[in-house]
This record gives sequence, C-alpha cells and structure tokens, in this order.
Amino acid sequence: MSQEGLLRPGIVQLRVLDMEEAITHYVDRIGLDFVGKEDDGRVYLKGYDEFHHHSVVLRPADSAGIDLFAFKADTQESVDMYRKRIEEYGLEIEDVPAGEQPGTGPRIAFTIPSGHRIELFADMDLSENGPETNNPYTWKNEPRGMRAQRMDHALLYGPNIDKVEEFFTKVLDFHLPERVDLPDGTLAIWMTVSNKAHDIAFVKHDEPGKLHHLAFYLEDWSDIGHAADLMARYDISRDVGPTRHGITRGQTIYFFDPSGNRNEVYCGGYTAYKDHPTRVWDGNHVGRGIFYYERQLNDAFLTVVT
Amino acid sequence: MISPNTLFTWEGGPVSDGATDELFEIRIRGSECAVSCGKGEKVLSVLERVFRMPDCPSVRIGCRNGGCGVCRVRVFSGDYVTTKMSRDHVSKEEEAEGYALACRLYPKSDLVIEPAFVSPKERRQRRLTEET
Repeated sequence: MSQEGLLRPGIVQLRVLDMEEAITHYVDRIGLDFVGKEDDGRVYLKGYDEFHHHSVVLRPADSAGIDLFAFKADTQESVDMYRKRIEEYGLEIEDVPAGEQPGTGPRIAFTIPSGHRIELFADMDLSENGPETNNPYTWKNEPRGMRAQRMDHALLYGPNIDKVEEFFTKVLDFHLPERVDLPDGTLAIWMTVSNKAHDIAFVKHDEPGKLHHLAFYLEDWSDIGHAADLMARYDISRDVGPTRHGITRGQTIYFFDPSGNRNEVYCGGYTAYKDHPTRVWDGNHVGRGIFYYERQLNDAFLTVVT
Repeated sequence: MISPNTLFTWEGGPVSDGATDELFEIRIRGSECAVSCGKGEKVLSVLERVFRMPDCPSVRIGCRNGGCGVCRVRVFSGDYVTTKMSRDHVSKEEEAEGYALACRLYPKSDLVIEPAFVSPKERRQRRLTEET
C-alpha cells in the first residue's frame, strides 16, 4: 500500500447560530445529505460521494467558528503510533471515547500551536447511504443544490505557523505543496497527507483557533458556475469568485453560511506527490497566488474569519 | 423619519426586499453621511448598496451573517432590534451599551451609528487582558 498512516480529512465540527438556517444551507443549497440529529442538538451530514457515516457536524452555539478538524487513519495501530509521536513532541492528548459522535470509534485530540483542536481516528461505520460499489452508477440519486461530492479541506487562521508546519510535517507526516514567504516570515502554508493539493492550510493570524473557510469539492468548473447561480437565486452571502487560485490552481467561490462561517466550493487543483518540490510565493506575487484573475488580496481575505 | 425625496438615490431604485413604506434615516455619527433604510431591512444591506463614497466612515463588509464581526457598530440613538449575533464580537454587556453587528441590525426609528470594528490583534489583546 502506498498511502499509509493518515488518509484524509474525516470530520469537521462547526458552530452555528441557528440550526434550521444551517440545515437549509448545508443540505438544500450545498447539497450534503442529512444523516441525523442527536439529543445534544448536534447535526450530522455527509457528501453524496462519501462512503462513511458523516463528515460534517454542526453544533448549535452562541458564537460561530470551528470546534475541531479530524483526520482519518488507516488503522488503530497508526493512531497509537501517532499518539506516541505527538506526546514525544510535547502536546497533551485527550481521549475521546467511541460513540461520542454516532458511528465513530475512539478519537485522540490535541491542541496545536495555532490554537486549533485537531483529532485523529481510525474507525467509522460505513454509511447505509454511501456510493454504490456493485456496477455503480455515477450517483444513486441525483445530487442536490451545489452538488458537493465531499468535505475537502479547511483553511485555518492562528499564530505560530512555523511550529504548525514543523508539527504537521515532522510528527504527522504531511508534505507541503505550497507556501507564501514574506520578508518577516512565513504568511501561509498548504499541506497534504494525500495527493490532493491541500488537505489543510494555515495563515498567520493574531487570534488563535480561527476558521477562514471549510471547502466542499465539486466535480468541475461548470458546477462552480451552477453554484454561483444558486447563490444569486437564494441570496447567499458571496465573498469572492467564481475565480481561480494560483495556489493549488483550484477553481473556487468563497461564500458564507448563515452563521458567518466562510465556505468554499472548490474543484480541480493539481495532484501533489511527496517527492515534488514546494512552490513558493513572495509578497509581490501573493495576490495572484490567492486570487489568480483579480491578482490582489482583498481586505476580507485577511480579516474576515470566525 | 425622513421623506423619501430627501434620500440618496441609487441604481436599482428604492430600497428593500420586503421592506415596508416606512423609511428611517441611518446617520453616521460625526459626518454628513446618511442613508435610508426600510423597516425590516438590515442596516448593512443598505450601507453596502449605497455607501461607497469618499469622506464617509465605512462599515466593513464581511460575512453579512452575524459571525465574523467586522461590521460591528455602536448605535448612539434610536430604536432598533437585532437578531442573533456571535458572542465573540458583541457580549451581553456591549449589546446593552448599543453595540451591534450592522448585518443583524434592523431600525425601528432613525438611527445614529458609528463603525466600531475591532481588529483581530486588538481582540486578542482585550481577551488576554480580561484573563489576567
């Protein structure tokens, strides 16, 4: 097997201010499937092309933002191996028992130097509503709304980006397809544990633990256009796009959920391999890196987070 | 209340999706800038459509949905209602002092407001000060 250890982003848990509005947004508009609602108020969702029980968790709260971002491992042995490495690196581990989220095995949790809670887990039930595996159709039921296939990645904002890079690359075996280096240090890093151009990214920011956006994968540029039409029709708060990122080369729209968490619909992007060199952007060109056609960073990119 | 013919006009005609005939004046404190906002319409929606003029203290546009806090304002006079705003940006105490997010702010009379954006750096310093 070529990919071992950590496989991909598995779970994100977001805080939302109004659950009904959030469900309309994520299920009817973005097109995720509703999996269930538990007694504590949390709602579980998945993309139509995802095999496992859930990938997105919404928690009702009085502030917006991100509670946790979790990576799925191939086996419990891998999780145990990473636990040892993380403890040796000096981060404290919290055990989350199996069943804390439905259909999900035990998780380990820790807070990285940017202030974000990251988790690892190996076991999650397969969904009864996953993609077909015997002589499959492209999809079982025609996708809804923006036709999001899966939860794809997150961009997080916080301090100590250099330490975050060290931790993810040395302790968790991520590699780094792309970065932005300014004269006063690293502004941003794009990292992957697979061969997607990014599984997680970070931008240097004063406040710890912030969410810039959570991204959903669409099939192609024409689905990005369809998503833009839905945003116009349903008065969804749009930030930037449709456009392209120079960094990752993905095609994109940034927009906001009804609680102000930024979402992205994203497609394309290059294939990244561990033995590829890192692409580096400097301060004079970073505008084209972030928004390829506009060629400039807008103020909202650096200040609007939850 | 002010009469509609004293208002700024803008492309697209009069305000508001679902607003009533009732229009209120939203004035930016310490400036000549004012705009009309229909009852039942978000203050930020009107500011976003109308306020792109020099010399007007601007209210920033962010998520437009009560989460990111960049459109934070302080209301100095007038009656209004707000809907749910992230407590990261407007605490209960601040809400009582007239702070609000313009994207969750609906006028019930003429209002005088002032932008009250807090940068992430300031926000972190405030939090650290509160903790010590």
